[in-house]
Amino acid sequence: MSRPNVKGLDPKKVSGELFTLTYGAIVAQLLKDYESDEEVNKQLDRMGYNIGVRLIEDFLARSGISRCNDFRETSDAIAKIGFKMFLGITPSVSNWSPAGDEFSLQIESNPLVDFVELPDSHSNLSYCNILCGVIRGALEMVHMEVTSWIVQDVLKGDSITELRVRFIRRLEDALPVGED
Amino acid sequence: MTLFAVYVVNRAGGLIYQYDNNLPRTDVEKTFSYPLELVLKPQDNKIGVVFGQRDGIKVGHVVQAVNGVPVNGTLLEDGQEVLDIVSNEANYPIAIKFGRPKLRTNEKIMLASMFHSLFVIGSQLSPEPQSSGIEVLETDAFKLHCFQTLTGIKFMVLADPKAPAVDAFLKKVHEIYADFALKNPFYSIDMPIRCELFDTNIQACLEQAEKTGITNV
Repeated sequence: MSRPNVKGLDPKKVSGELFTLTYGAIVAQLLKDYESDEEVNKQLDRMGYNIGVRLIEDFLARSGISRCNDFRETSDAIAKIGFKMFLGITPSVSNWSPAGDEFSLQIESNPLVDFVELPDSHSNLSYCNILCGVIRGALEMVHMEVTSWIVQDVLKGDSITELRVRFIRRLEDALPVGED
Repeated sequence: MTLFAVYVVNRAGGLIYQYDNNLPRTDVEKTFSYPLELVLKPQDNKIGVVFGQRDGIKVGHVVQAVNGVPVNGTLLEDGQEVLDIVSNEANYPIAIKFGRPKLRTNEKIMLASMFHSLFVIGSQLSPEPQSSGIEVLETDAFKLHCFQTLTGIKFMVLADPKAPAVDAFLKKVHEIYADFALKNPFYSIDMPIRCELFDTNIQACLEQAEKTGITNV
């Protein structure tokens, strides 16, 4: 295998390949436990949700960003700051709906799916579904209810991974004071 | 000690973390002979000084120990009433320790919830729309700084009125919360924070703030 010299690695940074391996191990174990692709998709979304509700504070603490007043600002914050901070990639925001409440995140090099091939027996599996959950969980903690789903998947033959996010509503009753 | 205490309040207004850092202690222990010059009376389940002042003992101080034995409410550990012991001449000379009453945990929880409500009122009173809640509460003895994150968690710090850069310290507390509380899978959001790493890091951050005078965020 051709691999760059790993001697000078920062001891606190974990190798990206270990991350891919870990995620793969999780999905494989979930498939063994639940057997149904739909059930695994749901579990991945739930896991992502739990990650998202915790990740958001880290994101806010490190980015120092203030509340987004517009869904476009939200999409930029997710793509340019969030993904960059945690996965080191910058997806592009595109395919806005006419009402401005739906957008796509197009990821060209997705670290989760490096070295992965989806077998035919699991053709309904949304391998990257955890990302959808993370976005949903994180935005819920800042009082935006959204749904997200995978539109294009590299493992199913497309050229890029595309995630679609739709704004449902603002959670007004949970809004902290001074933010309305 | 510039930073006196750190409080963390969850989204519903409940206190989830509290740490006292070197609160100035005002305990005074003195030996008295009969009759006692201070007037003692039961106050709020404690024996307090109602009138009389000498040698650092002031009105408002409560009895904390008699002859070295700590006082629990109005009784000594063996069940005797403090007032009975103090009024009996045979017990003199007697050594009594007085001090400012320390806030109990339940009282802190109540005060935190009250502050949470006042925070909301602060925002509603504003003549301008879109005002934040209370950011600084100032008295002559201390300043309370409050920082609310976008998710609704409040971090409060009681500091010396002249303490510099408390906002930077609050941001650091936010980072420590995001790291050591939230990244702990066994910690549930909005529950009391019982994470040792969180405690250790808050204490380290407080020490650093005292040493350097300002925090290096």
